[in-house]
Amino acid sequence: MKWGSLSEFLAMGGYGFYVWVSFGTTALCMVWEVLSLRRRGAMALRIESSEEGINHG
Amino acid sequence: MSDSRVTWSKYSSLQALYPLAGRLIPWCAGAAVLFMAAGLYLGFFVAPTDFQQGEAYRIIFVHVPAAWMSMFLYVMMALWAGLGLGLKARPSFMMAQAIAPTGAIFTFLALLTGALWGKPTWGAWWVWDARLTSELILLFLYLGVMLLHASIDDLRRADRASALFALVGVVNVPIIYFSVRWWNTLHQGASVSMTAAPKMAATMLTAMLLMAIGFWLYSMAVILMRLRCVILERNSQPRWNQSAVEPGVKEIRA
Repeated sequence: MKWGSLSEFLAMGGYGFYVWVSFGTTALCMVWEVLSLRRRGAMALRIESSEEGINHG
Repeated sequence: MSDSRVTWSKYSSLQALYPLAGRLIPWCAGAAVLFMAAGLYLGFFVAPTDFQQGEAYRIIFVHVPAAWMSMFLYVMMALWAGLGLGLKARPSFMMAQAIAPTGAIFTFLALLTGALWGKPTWGAWWVWDARLTSELILLFLYLGVMLLHASIDDLRRADRASALFALVGVVNVPIIYFSVRWWNTLHQGASVSMTAAPKMAATMLTAMLLMAIGFWLYSMAVILMRLRCVILERNSQPRWNQSAVEPGVKEIRA
C-alpha cells in the first residue's frame, strides 16, 4: 500500500478536493439514479394495480 | 418480484420483456458493484502516482469510463431509435427512451470530472476546444431527445420525432472521438488506442478498464430498471386514454 496514513490518502497529494468531488459526485449520481428509478417503478406498479381495481374490481 | 401483479393490455412482446429485464437487473447490478470495487481498489491502492500530474490523474478512473459510456450509450440509443423507425417496433423506442437519461448523466459526469481534472492540470475549468465543446453538444443532444419526447403528447409521434432527432445527432459521436486527432486541442490524446502501445502503467490501465466494465454493467442495470418503468407506464396509459377518447379515434392507431 502506498499511503502512509488516512489523512495522506484523503489529501491525495494536494489534489484531494478535485479527486473526491469527482468520485463523490459520480457516486451520488448513481445512488440517486437507482433510488429515483425504484420510486418510479413502485409508483408505476401502484397505478397498475389500482387501475386494475377500477377496471376489473 | 411482483411481476405477477401486472395485467397486460396489448403488447405481447413486452409481456416477456418485462420479467426478463427484471431477472437480469440483479446480476448486472451485482457484477457492477464487484467490478467497480476492484477498479477503485486497484486505482487508489495499487496504481502508482503519475510522474507529471501527481495524484490528480486518479480522476481518470471515473472520467474516462464516464466519457466512454456517454458516447457508447448515445450510439446504442440511436441504434434502438433507428431500429424502432425501421421496424415500427415499440419496444425499440422504449429502449431508446430508457437509455437517454443514463447517457445524459454520464455526459454530465464526464464534463464535470473533466473540469475538476482540467483545473489543477491545465489551470482552467473549461476551454472551448473541440473535445470539450463536442462533449457539451452531446449533453444538449441527450437533453434534446428527452425534452422532445416529453413535450409531445401523442406517444407514437413522440417516439418517432425523438428517434429521428437521436439519429441525426449521432454524427456528433465520431466528432467527439476523433476531435483530439483532427484538431489541435488542449485535451490529451486517447488513453487507450488499438494501434499504439499503452502509454500508462499496466495497473492504471487495468483499473480504468475495470471501472469501464463496472460502468457498463451499471448502465445495463439502470437502463433495464427504467425500461421496466416505461413498459409499466405505457401499459397502463392506453387504458386511461381509452375511457377518455371516443370510440372512433381508437381505430386510427394500428
